[in-house]
Amino acid sequence: MIEKIEKKERMKIKRAEMPAQKPEDRVRNFNEVPFGLTAEQAITEAARCLECKKAPCIDGCPVEVDIPGFINLILEKDFAGAARKIKQTNSLPAVCGRVCPQEEQCEIKCVLAKKFKPVAIGHLERFVADYERENNLVQIPAVAAPTGKKVAIVGSGPAGLTVAGDLIKLGHDVTVFEALHKPGGVLVYGIPEFRLPKNIVQAECDVLKDTGVKFENSTVIGKMETIDELFEMGFDAIFIGTGAGLPNFMGIPGEQLIGIYSANEYLTRSNLMRAFDENDYDTPIIRGKNVAVLGGGNTAMDAVRTSKRLGADHSYIVYRRSEAEMPARAEEIHHAMEEGIEFHMLTTPIKFIGDDQGRVVQMECLNMELGPPDDSGRRRPVPIEGSNFIMDVDLVVVAIGNSSNPLIQSTTPGLETNRWGNITVNPDTMQTSRPGVYAGGDIVTGGATVILAAGAGKKAARAIHTYLSNGAPK
Amino acid sequence: MPRVVDNIQIGPLTWKMRVEVPRLVAKAKAGQFVIIRVNEQGERVPMSIAGLDGEQGLLTVIYQVVGKTSALMTTVENGGEISDCVGPLGLASHVENWGTACVVGGGIGIAPVYPIAQAYKEAGNKVISIIGARSKDILFYQKEHGEVADELYVCTDDGSEGHHGFVSDVLVKLLKDGAPIKMIMAIGPVPMMRVVAKVTKEFEVPTWVSLNPLMVDGTGMCGGCRVTVGGETKFACVDGPDFDGHLVDFDVLTSRLNAYKDQERKAMKKLLEDPNCRLTKAVREFTYPGENKA
Repeated sequence: MIEKIEKKERMKIKRAEMPAQKPEDRVRNFNEVPFGLTAEQAITEAARCLECKKAPCIDGCPVEVDIPGFINLILEKDFAGAARKIKQTNSLPAVCGRVCPQEEQCEIKCVLAKKFKPVAIGHLERFVADYERENNLVQIPAVAAPTGKKVAIVGSGPAGLTVAGDLIKLGHDVTVFEALHKPGGVLVYGIPEFRLPKNIVQAECDVLKDTGVKFENSTVIGKMETIDELFEMGFDAIFIGTGAGLPNFMGIPGEQLIGIYSANEYLTRSNLMRAFDENDYDTPIIRGKNVAVLGGGNTAMDAVRTSKRLGADHSYIVYRRSEAEMPARAEEIHHAMEEGIEFHMLTTPIKFIGDDQGRVVQMECLNMELGPPDDSGRRRPVPIEGSNFIMDVDLVVVAIGNSSNPLIQSTTPGLETNRWGNITVNPDTMQTSRPGVYAGGDIVTGGATVILAAGAGKKAARAIHTYLSNGAPK
Repeated sequence: MPRVVDNIQIGPLTWKMRVEVPRLVAKAKAGQFVIIRVNEQGERVPMSIAGLDGEQGLLTVIYQVVGKTSALMTTVENGGEISDCVGPLGLASHVENWGTACVVGGGIGIAPVYPIAQAYKEAGNKVISIIGARSKDILFYQKEHGEVADELYVCTDDGSEGHHGFVSDVLVKLLKDGAPIKMIMAIGPVPMMRVVAKVTKEFEVPTWVSLNPLMVDGTGMCGGCRVTVGGETKFACVDGPDFDGHLVDFDVLTSRLNAYKDQERKAMKKLLEDPNCRLTKAVREFTYPGENKA
């Protein structure tokens, strides 16, 4: 065990580098890119933590993980204990350790970050969660005495799973309804295997199942039963976490050509339906040689890196602003660059051109320049007249966001939405305009992150518990 | 996993499957669809609703072998199971009492227009059913349509049963003769729906068609099922599947249906060469149009 060392000494330790597959290897497979820290690396990294009394890192965490607490347990080599410490507030550490933008949440608040590099909190979270799972040390959490209250959760993404995990422990009877045939929502259909292996999501869901959460897959609420019918069926409270909805398209000529996918479709085919594994699975996917992904977010990075793994010679990011405005995580952009993704910044397509079979073969683009800031505070891209040029492409993935899915809103009288169709909630309790109905995640915020959805789930779970404890109408 | 009560061959390459999904059936209405996944490795395939038995909680789908997934579906035994059956999806067909309404079903489309004919009838309409197929042995549901329709017209391309010719010929004749048809629902192969929509436009009779583009989730998330209607992009899974036939861009639909033609053929060929798959002789001898069996 590493002895507790002086703060000055701790600061001299270099931040752990996560070992990862080499770019030239990983572009030929769908295996996870980073391997995870070794136990030795984790202990050394844990020693870097200054154990600040005020722990600003915790303020940066949407689900309030006791970060110094779990890091201290790593120092004591109690890795499983560290994982359990995280799980007191976060049901999904193996997921969050991989996909959270720590650099703008906990790690940015790390005191070390002011002069050095912050403690690699995300890497450590992932390490302990993996250690616990891989060594079969996962414990089914203790569950409070049954309250007799029933909660329905609509959607099994990060928001829904968090609500389920928190409420089952409090003794409520929890059922999760999922429209697709597997639970996990965006963790399963959206995020690729090479960033979040699906067996990890499955394992997290299995723990919830073993704790008593019931899962009903292939059940589309709003079509099968409505929110009001769920109340009639005996549910006392309902959480809506149906996620991002209908994909946005560019609305330019030629968008119906074959070979133009929404990112949702492209990623769902590859991730949920496992089209990348064409020998074992039946769902087809178009494998382009020259692939353009439109957009600059994490979804665009996931799609473009998928296309490379599916055999593209050239995979392009085509983004209308500059790199500084890209919403994707720096780490994802970095990984994409390492993998040979070609970035066409300040570029926007204006037309898709097809062959006689209706397949996309080219894309006409315009160069852009940055004008004054727009509503989002980012500089507005303005087309440069006459800068038109043609790109040869045989696959285009449109990753420019989603608008809300109306299935629940349109079948739930009295459920208020904003002008984009997202459900409006009290930001402190996540309660909607309907008593007993709560909502969180992308259906409320529009496209955001896994951890913000989990954070919303956490808040909602707390409010639902209060609501049920104060005697919800039975 | 949903139980398959029975899965019966009703034509050379046509099967009728009944699935026990009481919660789905309780909610489903004519014109909606379901998504079926045969096995864990399987695709999600949208299927029109061909019948609903509320008492027994049974959903009927009628399908034709066109590729690997439908061929695999034929191997599900009576009393067996399929991985998933999710729905009801899409919007129900619009139904009101117009006086006289007509359903036109071509080929496999004979199946989904049957519950719609029932719904039209229940709403008080006089119902004219026109059903047709390439030849007699491919026809089905003559009896079912006969029981619902006030007038039933059967046709075959080769004249082996009923009128010798296309469903659109019969429809044109009825319209010319002044049949007071106020609403038409046409479901079938794209060329048939295109022709029906074309002729009814001349007679200015409102005509709905049910579109069958490729889909993945069926709940609005993937956008793969986008169709062009009146110049606008619509998602068949949430905005449809029924659309105004006079506004549908059938060229876009036809083209997009062929997106995976090569992969589909490759997958089917591989399946047909697999000696362990329990396919009937007719399915095993399956060929694509214009393709010679080696």
